[in-house]
Amino acid sequence: MKANPRNVNTGIYYIDGDVASGQGALAAGCRFIGGYPITPSTEAAEAFAKIAPKAGAVFIQMEDELASIASVIGASCAGVKTMTITSGPGYSLMMETIGFGAMLETPFVILNIQRGGPSTGAPTKTGQADMMQSRWGSHGDYEIIAIAPESPQELFDYTIKAFNLAEKYRCPVMIMADECVGHMTEKVVIPKADEIEIEPRRFYNGPRDKYLPFKPDKDLVPKMVKAGDGYKLYITGHTHDEKGYPILTQNSKVKTQKSTTRRLVDKIKLNADKIIELKEENTDDADVVVVSYGISSRVAVRGIEKAREKGIKVGSLRLVTVWPFPDKKITELAKKVKAFVVPEINYGQVVFDVERCSHGEANVILIPHGGAGVHHPDDILSAIEYASKENKKIEGIIEHKTKLEKLIFEEGYKLKE
Amino acid sequence: MKASTKGILTGTHNLSGNEACVEGAIAAGCRFLSGYPIQPAIEIMQRFLERAPEVEATYVQMEDEISALAALLGAVWTGKKGITATSGPGLSLMMEHIGLGVMLETPCVIVDVQRVGPSIGIPNSPGQGDMMQARWGSHGDYEIIALSPSSPQEMFDFTIKAFNLSERYRTPVAIMADEYVAHIREKVVIPPAKEIKIEPRNYYKGPKDKYLPFKRDKNFIPPMVDIGNGYKFHVTGLTHDDQGYPIMNEECQEYNVHPLMWKIRRYVDDIIEFQETKTEDAEVVIVSYGAPSRTALKAIKQARKSGIKVGSLKLDTVWPFPEKRITELAKKVKAFVVPEMNYGQIVLEVERCSYGNANVVFVSYAEKEVDNIDDLLSAIKQVIKEKEARKGIIEYHT
Amino acid sequence: MATLKTKSNELIHPMEHLLRMDRIPHIWCPGCGIGTAVTAFASALEKSKIDLDKVCIVSGIGCTGRVAGYVKLDSFHTTHGRAIAFATGITLGNPDLKVVVFSGDGDLISIGGNHFIHAARRNINMLVICVNNFIYAMTGGQVAPTTPLSAYATTSPFGCVEPPFNIPYIADSSGAVYVARWTALHIRRLTNSMAEALNKPGFSVIEVISPCAMYYSRINKLGDGLDMMKFYHDNSEIKHGEDTKNLDIGFQTKITVGKFVDRERPTYTESYKKWLSEIKRKK
Repeated sequence: MKANPRNVNTGIYYIDGDVASGQGALAAGCRFIGGYPITPSTEAAEAFAKIAPKAGAVFIQMEDELASIASVIGASCAGVKTMTITSGPGYSLMMETIGFGAMLETPFVILNIQRGGPSTGAPTKTGQADMMQSRWGSHGDYEIIAIAPESPQELFDYTIKAFNLAEKYRCPVMIMADECVGHMTEKVVIPKADEIEIEPRRFYNGPRDKYLPFKPDKDLVPKMVKAGDGYKLYITGHTHDEKGYPILTQNSKVKTQKSTTRRLVDKIKLNADKIIELKEENTDDADVVVVSYGISSRVAVRGIEKAREKGIKVGSLRLVTVWPFPDKKITELAKKVKAFVVPEINYGQVVFDVERCSHGEANVILIPHGGAGVHHPDDILSAIEYASKENKKIEGIIEHKTKLEKLIFEEGYKLKE
Repeated sequence: MKASTKGILTGTHNLSGNEACVEGAIAAGCRFLSGYPIQPAIEIMQRFLERAPEVEATYVQMEDEISALAALLGAVWTGKKGITATSGPGLSLMMEHIGLGVMLETPCVIVDVQRVGPSIGIPNSPGQGDMMQARWGSHGDYEIIALSPSSPQEMFDFTIKAFNLSERYRTPVAIMADEYVAHIREKVVIPPAKEIKIEPRNYYKGPKDKYLPFKRDKNFIPPMVDIGNGYKFHVTGLTHDDQGYPIMNEECQEYNVHPLMWKIRRYVDDIIEFQETKTEDAEVVIVSYGAPSRTALKAIKQARKSGIKVGSLKLDTVWPFPEKRITELAKKVKAFVVPEMNYGQIVLEVERCSYGNANVVFVSYAEKEVDNIDDLLSAIKQVIKEKEARKGIIEYHT
Repeated sequence: MATLKTKSNELIHPMEHLLRMDRIPHIWCPGCGIGTAVTAFASALEKSKIDLDKVCIVSGIGCTGRVAGYVKLDSFHTTHGRAIAFATGITLGNPDLKVVVFSGDGDLISIGGNHFIHAARRNINMLVICVNNFIYAMTGGQVAPTTPLSAYATTSPFGCVEPPFNIPYIADSSGAVYVARWTALHIRRLTNSMAEALNKPGFSVIEVISPCAMYYSRINKLGDGLDMMKFYHDNSEIKHGEDTKNLDIGFQTKITVGKFVDRERPTYTESYKKWLSEIKRKK
């Protein structure tokens, strides 16, 4: 299906990532955003609030993030495409209801413009430390999809992709951007409506009395109906059967756990190859592969270039989708390369999965960064150099000591504002 | 330091896990509970309220789990030791304040009696689906300590241990119990007060005007003071310097947050505890925590009867994860079998730390009774036949 | 207020002992009323003769959320909306303390609305100072739960369509024992109110109407801070004891100020202590 021209503000713009995401949401057919102001994501909400009414869409500022995400799931049940916009602390508040959305299999998108954490942290500065939270933040077992854009253009493009994936797999999709990308102003091209592919909702068309809200199709995803279509459906956050009825007895647990919770996990795991998008460069003959995502992959480019100038065979694997994690790809590469270098703006998150999937066949080097800034290309270069020279297999993640760490903890730097 | 004799019910009792947890808390000197009712953790609040008058403890039922943890953090800064008890949905709501607790380096204990998730799930049925959440659930980078008891006796012991660890490392500590352990009623031995070791709060003793709330001592932990003693200190959830004043740049972010990781990562050997059974000659080791470790012990006996050398590694501390021990064992054994009441969480860590040296088999207990040993045995029997170490987690279909 | 002192020929600000001078200058914009509220609070601390070691201040997130960082008391800058919940823990942990929650309208009434009504219901011993500037200013001017009907904000670009909360009315109906409202212009009366409430046990609420020259005034074309002060001067009506039902604030309408509620109710701590001793006696 193609995008509705009413939603697409075709043209070439010079806008920041937040605003691009707001435009992307509208183009994807988003009809409802419930949000709450939080730095550094507010501009996306403001942009949507401004452009939404003309296209017949709604923006509501709720009383907090708990209410925002709840309203978004409600709107999705009413049949429209929905999104909420937040950053770390708000994201933490949404955790309970994200699990609820996953359990109800309502499609929705969350834009998380990550900032420095933990707690209030550094609100106006960048970070990538909510990556594991996006995967594991709510209680119980569920799977989600997470995308990490690296430019305003990608925030536009991948917001549309996020909506499409949400509709296709009926699961929460997280756009895990960061403050750098969110506040970076660049050229953004919004194409014509007929060039934008849109995934329609999987509506049920069969006879009314035969409808089972959680009876899956072959790809493990069930079909939806809207509230108000006369199906008199019952939806609950309790573990439920195909009818949607809660099953709370120990005896029926086996069956319903299989049909609901296991399916929530499997529908993503088994479709992972279709979902995962990677960008691979020069990995064919590489000794070292830099695995990165979001703004860190843009920063890594300089370090990689410098290393190539020095004659080191270094390739790059950029995770566009971070979750589901590309287990297979990493395992495959681990057999061929000496080491992975993982720059992240945190003290080690996605690197754990790189380590897990390497199965001891390649060294794994983490370049940490606490946030409120990005890596120095020299750190990336020196980590690559170390990786290419180290011939021993080393078990465990090797934490690269950055220039910043040396400055603060060894050279007696005095903190100043 | 030894425990105060006040309120300690020395002797042998028949207690549920939840009740034992409260007794552990009181023995550890906990005098504050703020909570919100949720199944299956309710009995912890109830028992604490019943016991409050005797030990002059403060109890408050807040308006939700968000405020329950917020109030707990506030109370701790007045000098109290405090606890809150919840289950999955409540833990999800507490996520933001776990981050605040980490950032303010506030010692406190959070009990999560896990039930079936996600969302509302099955409130009265056991689960272990919150294990990864305990480690990663709040935004930003932090390390946390999580203990996993497998019996009412351990609920008592680990609660004391949790308080001690939280005081020593100035960090929130999670007790990741499950409905099975919380509601099972067993013999619990409460020792005399003089046999219970208590970690006192690390108080600042220098001059008042020199106090810096986040200045680390030689053990890497900043000493605390209580509110109301004239120190007039400031603390904030924003990235801060030693004085507690916010500075928002990458230098301060590194200065503030990196040590939050180090203060746990550098003490893993002191923090981590596990129990090994018959691992010396084992070909297969069952790695478990919480209720399934009870089943693991039964499975070892059965398997050994049929001639398979099986051992058990029971994780008392799940976070920080005992990476070293798994890596060592992986080189000696053919396979790890990991039973969990979820769809695969800690098994990912076992896979990570085996470095391809041993097969890793996952046995999900999400769909079966926790005392079912047949599937565990059948997994052991199947993995023993594997010729070589496969890449990735193996799940045999039963 | 203390007089200006000189120490080694240096002029010392009369409030220096109450403020964290090492953090001055503060972050607030010119024309903002939060600084005025802090000044009034500092004067009230002196006036009330309260033991400063036993006063503790808690803030949430937002412009007013930064107050805790500038006042030289045991001070906590907590998470968004949870200052009252955090403060509840402090009062229950040590009932000898006087806890002041100093935060904004969005923090206390929107995201923290639930804690506000419950702390009032329980009559937790704390003074809540709510600076109401009708907007979320820290994040750049979004609509607030207090934004008057038809007023503009960045997330109500076509005029606010939601009716605002009447803060004294919520406080009153939830059980607060002391409720007052002043504007940033009423410095003397505001100070007196704060001093009075500092010595009052139970849940007290003081709303401070404050100009936000940077966002609220600018987007609504209301002039600068001084213009807003003139507006308060011309449009404030003092009506002590007015029924809190009648205290709605519309867009540029009259603002009723005064002390509306002053009553006695047992605090949570008192009731809890009584309960503890009764149980003990029975046993």
